[in-house]
Amino acid sequence: MMRMTYGAAMPANARNWLAVWRRNYLAWRKVALASLLGNLADPMTNLLGLGFGLGLIVGRVNGTSYIDFLVGGMVATSAMTSASFETIYATFARMHTQRTWEAMLCTQLTLGDILLGEVAWAASKALLAGTGITIVAAGLGYAAWPSMLYALPAIALTGFVFASLAMVIVSLAPSYDYFVFYQTLVLTPMVFLCGAVFPITQLPAAFQLVAALLPLEHSIELIRPAMLGRPVGSVGTHIGALCIYAVVPFLLSVALLLRRLMR
Amino acid sequence: MSSVAIDLAAVNKSYRGKVVVNGVTFTVAAGECFGLLGPNGAGKSTIVRMILGMVPPDAGKITVLGKQVPAHARLARAGVGVVPQFDNLENEFTVRENLLVFGRYFSMSAREIEAVIPSLLEFARLGSKADARVAELSGGMKRRLVLARALINDPQLLVMDEPTTGLDPHARHLIWERLRSLLARGKTILLTTHFMEEAERLCDRLCVLEEGRKIAEGEPHTLINEQIGCDVMEIYGGNPHESIELIRPYAQRIEQSGETIFCYAPDLDQVRKQLRGRAGLRLLERPANLEDVFLRLTGREIEI
Repeated sequence: MMRMTYGAAMPANARNWLAVWRRNYLAWRKVALASLLGNLADPMTNLLGLGFGLGLIVGRVNGTSYIDFLVGGMVATSAMTSASFETIYATFARMHTQRTWEAMLCTQLTLGDILLGEVAWAASKALLAGTGITIVAAGLGYAAWPSMLYALPAIALTGFVFASLAMVIVSLAPSYDYFVFYQTLVLTPMVFLCGAVFPITQLPAAFQLVAALLPLEHSIELIRPAMLGRPVGSVGTHIGALCIYAVVPFLLSVALLLRRLMR
Repeated sequence: MSSVAIDLAAVNKSYRGKVVVNGVTFTVAAGECFGLLGPNGAGKSTIVRMILGMVPPDAGKITVLGKQVPAHARLARAGVGVVPQFDNLENEFTVRENLLVFGRYFSMSAREIEAVIPSLLEFARLGSKADARVAELSGGMKRRLVLARALINDPQLLVMDEPTTGLDPHARHLIWERLRSLLARGKTILLTTHFMEEAERLCDRLCVLEEGRKIAEGEPHTLINEQIGCDVMEIYGGNPHESIELIRPYAQRIEQSGETIFCYAPDLDQVRKQLRGRAGLRLLERPANLEDVFLRLTGREIEI
């Protein structure tokens, strides 16, 4: 029995993925304005609605106003949802209904090149969404300048993480119908477990332990202090955890999609 | 440059216990047009996908442009242009953008791509449509764009899965004419088809497949002469059993498919005489073709 080797399916070189990224960029450019508004509207509504509404009730949190506290959580969450949704919906369509990958696989691109291009693209959209909110929040005086610039690489890394994780879901899901489970059973609980909208110390101890294992927690631990102009603790741990969450699911999705698409 | 473009040796493929490609062996020489002919489900598309390295064979050996496939499929594909069975163009992109994006997949620079686009558009007769969105093109135009796209990397070998399926006759003839001009330029073409006419017109050699097995291989006219070797009369209507009894003494061979009788005879005038005056019969005399070869070899017509 001859097998497609995993090695041959991995990214072939350091620049092939860029052709895939640029294809997606060209497609996005045609709908950029609508896409930007769509990506920013939801997190901005959450930020301002919760920030002003709840902020009045809860008062100060961890030594700052609630809305200042919330900014970092909303930026990380929007990077998460932006990368996840781009991957489970748009990428799945390119693999499935639009046959975009089928055309790509007829060229000298490998499956790994395609996946890397897709993940990098979804991370780019996450960076764009996170940066957009950061800029608006800074304009309103809710983010510290210039330390918020340190959040940008963390936002991009968050995008990579959730694009890779969503790629595993894409490689397993038979149809769109399954994505809602990922959204409701994984992504939404993570928002509440990882301290996006309230401090993690409000949770029972067991939940705090779980949260420490989740990627969004590490994103928020990097992004929130940058937004508040505070020093970041355990930078290496957070970046390391996020890198593992970016790389391992990526490799897993290459293996899974190889079995799904090329057998 | 090797004189062999594709070499398949004893290739097998099964899905869930069902054998779809069964010990298929053939060689495509550089510069020839080679056809894989057979009904749907004969294994044509699976063979194409194995040649492109998208499906690993269970057993056997595949070499494409001197590279082992699937192990070195990426290197092989760098010299191959593919026309897939179903259009997978970028519908929201213009014709030019489709070519640009696809050229990048082959690591071509923007300058290299811009340099070849005008000749590709001219070749595909799409010069006036360069800035039209794909969604605005007719079926024939889309197919020609897929062909132009497959040529962007100046491939030595073109692999085409059902290149004219779903096209009207005019569009089909235009594609055939374009393919002949590619052959004249020295390109190698592997095509799959269930159109006997397409195979007969284009292919230097072909391989007839049924249920994953190769049942014949050769030049179209040699196959027709060897397997049939005379003209054919198709007989419609009337009582088939009566008709067959009447013509049997004069026929070299008779095949029945549904309500149609195929009579192969060296002297069809004799056959015609026997049936003269019979009510409700319609007779069609024609030279033998690959359809007859397929019928002879399998006992049935090609079902699409």
